[in-house]
Amino acid sequence: MKLCYDVPGADLSLAGKASAEVKRALGRLGVDPGAIKRTAVAMYEAEMNMVIHGGGGVATAELSPDRVVITMADRGPGIPDLELAMREGYSTAPAWIREMGFGAGMGLPNMERNADELHIDSTPGKGTTVTIVVNLGGVAQK
Amino acid sequence: MKVRDIVAALEGILLTGEDMLDVDIEAACGADLMSDVMAFVKENVVLLTGLVNPQSIRTADLMDIRVVVFVRGKMPPKDMIAEAQRNGMAVIATKYSMFLACGRLYEAGIRGGGTREIR
Ligand SMILES: Nc1ncnc2c1ncn2[C@@H]1O[C@H](COP(=O)(O)OP(=O)(O)OP(=O)(O)O)[C@@H](O)[C@H]1O
Ligand SMILES: [Mg+2]
Repeated sequence: MKLCYDVPGADLSLAGKASAEVKRALGRLGVDPGAIKRTAVAMYEAEMNMVIHGGGGVATAELSPDRVVITMADRGPGIPDLELAMREGYSTAPAWIREMGFGAGMGLPNMERNADELHIDSTPGKGTTVTIVVNLGGVAQK
Repeated sequence: MKVRDIVAALEGILLTGEDMLDVDIEAACGADLMSDVMAFVKENVVLLTGLVNPQSIRTADLMDIRVVVFVRGKMPPKDMIAEAQRNGMAVIATKYSMFLACGRLYEAGIRGGGTREIR
C-alpha cells in the first residue's frame, strides 16, 4: 500500500493532516498500535518541519508486511549543520512559531527516538528529504 | 481519577466529551510546546495547555490523548471543539493558570507524568 500527500507550506492550520490520515489508515489495516504511534509521531514531527522550515513538499507512506517507510521531501532552504539541528533544544523557529506551539527543538530528536531508521538527506539551497522507517516486528497485518 | 473529577477540581467547563466523564486518567502533562508533549507522554494522560490552536488537538489525537484542558481562561473556537468531538476527545476549559491547574490536579490525586534524565 502506498499513500501520497501534498503538504502545503506555511499553512499551519492544515499541518498534521497527512500524518493523521496515515495513522488512521494503518489503524484500519490492523498494524500493531505501538508501531502506529511511533510512525505517527515521527511523521508528524517531519510534517511540521516541512511546513514550518521547508516551505511544504510531498509526503509518502509505504506499507509492506514488515515495515512502514515514510518519505518527506521538501524544496526548502535545507539544513546547513545537521549535527547541530539534531541536538535537543536547538531551534531556529521564530517567536511566532513558538506561539503556535512549535520550536522546542525536539522534533528531530523525537523522530530519532521513534524511528527504527532515520535518514536525512539535506542540501542547503535545494531542500531536505527525511526518510523514516518503522519496523513492524513481524506483526502480521490484516 | 475520573474525567468528571478533573472538571470539578479545575472548576472547569466541559466543552465536549460527555461520554468520557467516567474514563480514568492517571497522569498529566502540562505543556505549550507540542514537541515537548511528544517527547514526554507515554501513558494515558490529560494534556493541560495554553496553546489554543488546532495543533494542540491534532497533537493530542496523534498521541492518543483523550482529554485536553485549556488553561488561563482560554476558550477554544467552535471548529476546534468540533475537531475534538470528531476525534472522540473531551475538552475542558478552566479559569486557572497552568501552575494552579496542575497543582489542583496533583492535589486531587493525579501523580503520574513522567521524568527524563538531566542532560
Ligand atoms: N525540513 C527542514 N528544512 C529546513 N530546516 C529544517 C528542516 N527540519 C528541521 N530544520 C532545522 O532544524 C532545526 C531543528 O528541528 P527540530 O524539528 O528538532 O526543532 P524545531 O522544528 O525548531 O522545533 P520543534 O520540532 O520542537 O517544534 C529547526 O529549527 C530548523 O532550523
Ligand atoms: Mg520540528
